[in-house]
Amino acid sequence: MSNGYCQTYAPISAQGAGDTEVRKISYCQAVNEAMFQEMERDSRVFVYGIGVPDHKKIFGTTEGLLERFGSERCFDTPLSEDAMTGLGLGAAVNGLRPVHIHIRIDFLLLAMNQLANMISSFGYMSGGRLKVPLVIRAVIGRGWGQGCQHSKSMLSTFAHIPGLKVVLPTTPADAKGLLISAIRDDNPVLFIEHRWLYWQEGEVAEEAFAIELGKSNVLRKGTDLTIVGTSWMNAEALQAAEILDKRGVSVEIVDPRTISPLDDEAIVESVTKTGHCIIAENDWLHCGFGAEVAARVSQKCFGKLKSPVERIGFAPTPCPTARHLENEFYPNAMDIIRAVEKKLGLSEMDLSEEDFYSHENRFKGPF
Amino acid sequence: MKPNNARELNLEFYKKLYLIRTSEEKIIEHYFEDEMKTPMHMSMGSEAISVGVCQALTKQDQVFGTYRSHALFLAKTEDTDDFFAEMYGKKTSSLRGKGGSMHLCSPDYGFMGTSAIVGSAIPVALGCAYANKRAKNGKVVAVFFGDGAVEEGVFWESLNAACLMKLPIIFVCEDNGLAVHTSKAQRQGYDSIIDVVSNFNCIVCEEKTTDAEIIYKSISKIVEQMRMEQMPCFVRLEYFRYLEHVGVNEDFEAGYRTKEGFEQWLKIDPVKLQRKKLKESGLEEDEICILESSITDKINNSIKAAKKAKFCDVSEVYEGVLT
Repeated sequence: MSNGYCQTYAPISAQGAGDTEVRKISYCQAVNEAMFQEMERDSRVFVYGIGVPDHKKIFGTTEGLLERFGSERCFDTPLSEDAMTGLGLGAAVNGLRPVHIHIRIDFLLLAMNQLANMISSFGYMSGGRLKVPLVIRAVIGRGWGQGCQHSKSMLSTFAHIPGLKVVLPTTPADAKGLLISAIRDDNPVLFIEHRWLYWQEGEVAEEAFAIELGKSNVLRKGTDLTIVGTSWMNAEALQAAEILDKRGVSVEIVDPRTISPLDDEAIVESVTKTGHCIIAENDWLHCGFGAEVAARVSQKCFGKLKSPVERIGFAPTPCPTARHLENEFYPNAMDIIRAVEKKLGLSEMDLSEEDFYSHENRFKGPF
Repeated sequence: MKPNNARELNLEFYKKLYLIRTSEEKIIEHYFEDEMKTPMHMSMGSEAISVGVCQALTKQDQVFGTYRSHALFLAKTEDTDDFFAEMYGKKTSSLRGKGGSMHLCSPDYGFMGTSAIVGSAIPVALGCAYANKRAKNGKVVAVFFGDGAVEEGVFWESLNAACLMKLPIIFVCEDNGLAVHTSKAQRQGYDSIIDVVSNFNCIVCEEKTTDAEIIYKSISKIVEQMRMEQMPCFVRLEYFRYLEHVGVNEDFEAGYRTKEGFEQWLKIDPVKLQRKKLKESGLEEDEICILESSITDKINNSIKAAKKAKFCDVSEVYEGVLT
């Protein structure tokens, strides 16, 4: 372990063939493994960005890539997010398959012009003759006093732009399967990873596998209420569901996984069944993804709804740094539990014995 | 086939210069009919740059332009059918009405695209150059932009990266001294962009000429040098924008520049200059006239076909957002 986050991906498994137990690895290792396997499979794939090959290895997700594939396919860049994003577009239209990484999504905003004016529309403006197989990996999420320029999500901002796919895996298996699909996709894909998810573990097949982009996943089955979660908020929703289970409330959690294009079938099916919908969004709410889900639910589940759609998300402020203010800014499982109770007309349960996630008490899975 | 002697080359220059100039004159002639519903940023005055640079490149070499790219598109492709079909937004255009005058694209000819956001195509060209270098295919990328683009951060980011990564890219600054209506004196805190860029590890060059042949020779030499020294190049080429920023008219009455300035440049108009050179090289007037009328016919036929062509079905709007 060189960076404190995840192990180097070892192409040869310690487990023997025929081992029936599916191995568990972290989300971080799953991302690293997807990168490794795709770069091994296809020499057109290359990975670059600020700090990509340095000793920190983007939380460990680029571990081993420089050593295996060399500096031509794994390289650091000048602090030029705008030009380096354009470089990805140009390399992609000329037949390569770039993976550009931003260690904070906040830095990607410097390249908003390339994203919104060039990358998203380049294929369209070429009359379909140019393809843009470009992946942009961006890290979101809270740390510890990260403040307002190291903690954004901006999911909806990107999903708003036609021509970009926006993927945000929650589980390690999804991280691997969706990243492999993203790299193989001929469209620009923004792949958003929450840093708190890097530590969670889950069952992930060792061989390369692809999970189709644009398909929702039911993370937890339930009957009383539907939570639609994005990214880290699914971890919070899962904890909330486990706690609510103790008082007999059965929560279903739907993870859209790809917010653009959005597969709303699983959401609609779930809400039609439960009649209640809460969107737990890892982002600000105003004009956000949750508003899109609420609109679709009201359109497609009208008459089936037993209560208005509820949204939970960041405080409508820049992100503060002091812990007590940060705690107020971010929603957590407790907020979800209280929202569920309110929705179902239940009294507030005693949560004083519950241990909620924090920077120190981080989630280690498995899902 | 690339022409290999001076006479053939000069003929080639003239054909392209005349093709570009006449195409734009035809745009002016037909624009009032209001069938070409696309904002025209006319190249008139700059033709020698596109023709000279493109002649120094191969068909496989790649170029990127700006919203003012009629000259570059026609110099690289000579495809007036596709050009006018797109001006009229018709089904017969390879862009099927999604690009218009500002977003021309013809990858088969190495015309990779343009941007109507100043400077935005520069890093994309950088990426193409990176891929070409990786593929060791010997292709050169030339990215064209105006003097306003060097005020954009992304120009400096791209120049720095190109020098650092030793990419086969030519930064072609088409300097008309104006950003829309604003002069360089109102925009730039230095006297010479060449002096500034000279501090980077790249080849620099500038020309103030309307002679396509001089530009061709300079760029040809540079392309050789780039191959030898594994270096990018920055070249500044001056010209005078004959018409308004957007639209098909003159606007000297607006007062931001003088008609006298224009008249000075008109004396060395690139098309007239090249015609004169052809005559001096021994071509007869009627030979030139035959050539000109065949080019004009080609353009007229393209316009006629474009006008006659159908629009594509409105469902086309949804096609190609994602592949």
